[in-house]
Amino acid sequence: MTTPTVCAKASLNLRGVACPMNYVKTKLRLERMAPGEVLEIFIDPGAPIRNVPRSITGDGHRVLACEPEDGVFRLLIERGPDA
Amino acid sequence: MIEFTDEQIERYSRHIILKEVGGKGQEKIAAARVLVIGAGGLGCPVAYYLAAAGVGTLGIVDSDAVDLSNLQRQILHHTPDVGRPKVQSAGEKLSALNPDVRVVPHRQRLTSQNVLSVIADYDIVVDGTDNFPARFLINDACVLSGKPLVHGGILRFEGQLTTILPGRGPCYRCLFPEPPPPGFVPSCQEAGVLGAIAGVIGTLQATEVLKLILGIGETLAGYLLTVDLLTMEFRRVRIPKNAECEVCGEHPSILAPFDYRRRTINHARNARRPRSPVVGIPPTHVAGPPGRTRIT
Repeated sequence: MTTPTVCAKASLNLRGVACPMNYVKTKLRLERMAPGEVLEIFIDPGAPIRNVPRSITGDGHRVLACEPEDGVFRLLIERGPDA
Repeated sequence: MIEFTDEQIERYSRHIILKEVGGKGQEKIAAARVLVIGAGGLGCPVAYYLAAAGVGTLGIVDSDAVDLSNLQRQILHHTPDVGRPKVQSAGEKLSALNPDVRVVPHRQRLTSQNVLSVIADYDIVVDGTDNFPARFLINDACVLSGKPLVHGGILRFEGQLTTILPGRGPCYRCLFPEPPPPGFVPSCQEAGVLGAIAGVIGTLQATEVLKLILGIGETLAGYLLTVDLLTMEFRRVRIPKNAECEVCGEHPSILAPFDYRRRTINHARNARRPRSPVVGIPPTHVAGPPGRTRIT
């Protein structure tokens, strides 16, 4: 998957933040954004990369990109219309 | 918009994760002002869960002191609290559970003279009282003030609750136009009460309050929920709005709160003792006049 050329409105460094707090912080940040805006987050491999994208997608947001970067994962999330 | 601290985000994370709550819902809870009348069997679990949920302002009304016989069901009061004012005992436990909550003690008995000013500072009122004069006083005051009211009552193994949304649904007086005759309904002191029913009904009352704050789901407005723990029957009975209701009907005659005399067989007999703040209505009274209620 290649990173689309989108400009992230905000970024959250969630390295070392365990589940479910990484998801909770992502969810709270997305709530404060407008539909269509993009949030960049960095999460750990293992449980976080398995859980966070699923939870975020379940809330109606869209994961635009998910790439490994320096031992963590960088995600670009588009804020959904109904969150 | 409230900026939650990391500690608050962690404390309320299981709420925030819920789609129906989220950060915005948790902000509504933090901004809410709820008055719990009675720090007894019902008031304790109601206040406990509302404090845990992070309700911003929690008023507690009770004029009594903790009695040893209360501890079987009034879970905010501990053995060393016997003899202490209930609002003080309850307030300490609630603040220890959640320092985010501003607990406002009202160590007084509500009367027609003070009820409107006490409820004026709150968004939602919870009735956890143990006697009919108080229930009717609180109902009338909430209807006249347009305050949502969550009513509960318990006795023996049974309980009931309803939510009253003035102007939008029936009130307690639509269901029961007048208090029952003195002594008609026994108190928990006389009839006994399973401690756990207080938790069942109190936590359901707390749930109704949180749904009202969040504006989610369907409340018991227009319904009476009756619970029998011996048979585990939960019944939701529709309550019609009474056009003739003296306080919320088409031609109301009650235009200001008034006091019923606090005289029942139970009260006279126990006049020298502090009363337990837990009394319910037996099913005979719950059923109401024939044709007025319908089981759904």
